[in-house]
Amino acid sequence: MVRVIVDGTPVDVPAGSSALQACEAAGKEIPRFCYHERLSVAGNCRMCLVEVVRAPKPVASCGFPVAEGMEIKTDTEVVRKARRSVMEFLLINHPLDCPICDQGGECDLQDQAYGYGSGVSRYDEPKRAVTDKNLGPLVKTVMTRCIQCTRCVRFCAEVAGTPELGAVSRGENMEITTYVEKALTSELSGNLIDICPVGALTSKPGAFQQRPWELKKTDAIDVMDALGTNIQIQARGGEVKRIVPRVNDEVNEEWLSDKGRFAIDGLLRRRLDRPWLKVHGKLQAVSWQDAFVAIARRLEGVPGSRIGAIVGDLCDAESMMALRDLMISMGSPNLDCRQDGAHYDVSDRANYTFSSGIAGIDEADALLVIGANPRHDAPVLNARIRKRYLEAGRGGLPIGVIGDMGSDPTWAYESLGAGASALADLMADGNPFLEKLKAAKRPMIIVGQGALTRDDSPVVLEACALLAETVGAVTDEWSGLNVLHTAASRVAALDLDFLPAEGGRSVRGMLSGGVDVLWLLGADEFPVHGIGPDTFVIYQGHHGDAGAARADVILPGAAYTEKQGTWVNTEGRVQRGFQAVFPPGEAREDWRILRAVSDVLGHTLPYDTIEALRERLQVGARHVTARRSAAEALSDSVLSKPFASSGASYYLTNPICRASATMQECASVHAPHAAVAAE
Amino acid sequence: MSAQTPEQPAHFAFDEASEAEIATILAKYPPERKASGVIPLLYVAQRQMGRLTGSAWVPVAAMDVIAARLEVAPIRVYEVATFYLMFNTKPIGRYHLQACTTTSCWLRGSDDVVAACKKATGIQHFGETSEDGMFTLTEVECLGACANAPILQVDDDYYEDLDGPRTEQLIEALRKGERPAYGPTIDRFNSAPEGGRKVLLDVGDSGQG
Repeated sequence: MVRVIVDGTPVDVPAGSSALQACEAAGKEIPRFCYHERLSVAGNCRMCLVEVVRAPKPVASCGFPVAEGMEIKTDTEVVRKARRSVMEFLLINHPLDCPICDQGGECDLQDQAYGYGSGVSRYDEPKRAVTDKNLGPLVKTVMTRCIQCTRCVRFCAEVAGTPELGAVSRGENMEITTYVEKALTSELSGNLIDICPVGALTSKPGAFQQRPWELKKTDAIDVMDALGTNIQIQARGGEVKRIVPRVNDEVNEEWLSDKGRFAIDGLLRRRLDRPWLKVHGKLQAVSWQDAFVAIARRLEGVPGSRIGAIVGDLCDAESMMALRDLMISMGSPNLDCRQDGAHYDVSDRANYTFSSGIAGIDEADALLVIGANPRHDAPVLNARIRKRYLEAGRGGLPIGVIGDMGSDPTWAYESLGAGASALADLMADGNPFLEKLKAAKRPMIIVGQGALTRDDSPVVLEACALLAETVGAVTDEWSGLNVLHTAASRVAALDLDFLPAEGGRSVRGMLSGGVDVLWLLGADEFPVHGIGPDTFVIYQGHHGDAGAARADVILPGAAYTEKQGTWVNTEGRVQRGFQAVFPPGEAREDWRILRAVSDVLGHTLPYDTIEALRERLQVGARHVTARRSAAEALSDSVLSKPFASSGASYYLTNPICRASATMQECASVHAPHAAVAAE
Repeated sequence: MSAQTPEQPAHFAFDEASEAEIATILAKYPPERKASGVIPLLYVAQRQMGRLTGSAWVPVAAMDVIAARLEVAPIRVYEVATFYLMFNTKPIGRYHLQACTTTSCWLRGSDDVVAACKKATGIQHFGETSEDGMFTLTEVECLGACANAPILQVDDDYYEDLDGPRTEQLIEALRKGERPAYGPTIDRFNSAPEGGRKVLLDVGDSGQG
């Protein structure tokens, strides 16, 4: 620790801190534009000037390292004057268009101009104007507003790992651009909007929609991937206008994936807003009561073993709990949450979660990725891998990959093969990458859905466990065998044992007439067309997608922004989201629907409030004893086909984003050229 | 600033002569630091374009080739190429006339040099190319040869101690395909005094001078 004196107050900061960090530690607010704590220091805006005693002139505190006994003054006339001058220069070329600027009200430049701006301008010369750039469907540019802090350039190069933005030309002519016009390829590009301190980069889909002070803000959890990104839903007049990330260093730091941020227009389209009942092959709008009665009539006399339930990827734990209770009370053993047919070892919670924790990536010193594409499966988690990769320096973090990466994962890796046989090769004595894993103190293995959704997955899982043991990835203080989920609901469902009970059928078993009545809770991602023609399908969910298209009864539920709920992320972290807006029309919160229908079915669920439900809810732990599901024949030998990640576009993985015009546009802009040609 | 201009070629590849130069250049840097070779490689590309097309400029396709060769993101090369004025990101004429108009040259008559350039080539403004495609006139900042002001840099060569008429003569010679000797255009050795030595006259040529 180094002791420095800030405005007469001594503070202790770690050696190597900057003067700015020391000032913050002392509780002094230092104005800044280019400095961002999660990016490298550029030191080009000069707004953070402070006075250091015995320094000949004010210094930019963001890039000035502290020294023992250094005396910093943050509020002297010299400092104020210097900052005023900097502000005057910044404002010379900045347009006075705050009234039509989307950043207005949450603009760093606007805020700091209150403190340091002059009321009048001394500048009579022509201002510079800069051509706007087309950065794709998500980020809108008004480049004349740019103050060239280069935060966006650094974000792209460092965090996102897609160095496409740069500052070309020089001096008066300097511009932030891609130079060759192209859409940003990052799945994290929305964060550029957050880090831009002015209105140069704003949201394209959200342009001119709202002012920040009009929005009602609600804390929630993102469900677009299994990371459980902490978000804030900002709504106005019952409509979600914007979603921004909240800071949670252990989960998402302060980033949010583009899907989580921009799929919100999907919440307004293709919604199920009233119950429907299929009469003579055609869906008819009915009342809740009629829908319930129709379900009760159909279920009459159907034995529990002929009833099945599948939960989707976006469900909250409460509704899954209610559905499970209902199914068990009707005597059904046919429960499944694994729409993709994944296999998990549920004997121990550590075996189906990202058990090292997401923050564990920061400590890993060797990484093996098996059948996962972190950049698509969880872009924010991928940014964390990249951060660790950069921090470790050249060759500091050896990364091996088994499976197909698709696109550039933003970190360098060794390809160790495509399929399960590569795992066996890796296990062979003297394999160079095996040696690297063995040499590592905290080796990490990430197993993705690509390796878990195969017929030979149990064998693959066993091999992974063996490998983890061999390389010392699972010890008393380190749990490095991680499962990267893609479905936000999955870990909670596994915690709740939403799996086939003894003798029950899995998703595959429930298809082709395996059950007579099938209850789909937001389940759209399995082969819906495989449901037997005589199976009575009840679809409870919020979007008219694959499941609803096949349904005999549709019960309109609430999307994740419209209900309070509990989600468990891929590392097993239990998080709660709150209700931001009301569901549309007659749609209701899902657990309430299940509670209401249970009454009609004569199997009344024993709770009337969500609090009472939650008393029964036991996520975050695994209580049920292990068993290997014997419902279907599994291959006991390794298959030759490569680990394939889901073929779907990153932007179209769930009903909400498929309903979103913005996400559809992204999917078409970023469609792989080869795929387009093949079609 | 954008690269979208109609004259951009779709492809670029280094020829044999350039490859030989590149091998020499990259040998100077450790393999993991080869990104440092970006400026020399841009020069190589620009010279190759001059050699092959008569217009020494760096198209985007060439920058992409350089980025791939140096294993950096293309934008990092675009940044460098657009930052330095020595790299032409648009096609230029056969000869690149770079007139220095900074203080020393200006005091010594760079206005005449510029006027002569315009008169001899028919160019109206800085940054334009003559109609015959022979000359591009650029205004540059101090070229660092103030002792020989005013200066006109033609491609890589300095023509020094110019005035209006001599500038016109130079341009006419260039137009004919000649390359007059670079250096002072008056009776002077480098930046030694005009008309020969002025001091230490008693020291012989073979002396301790």
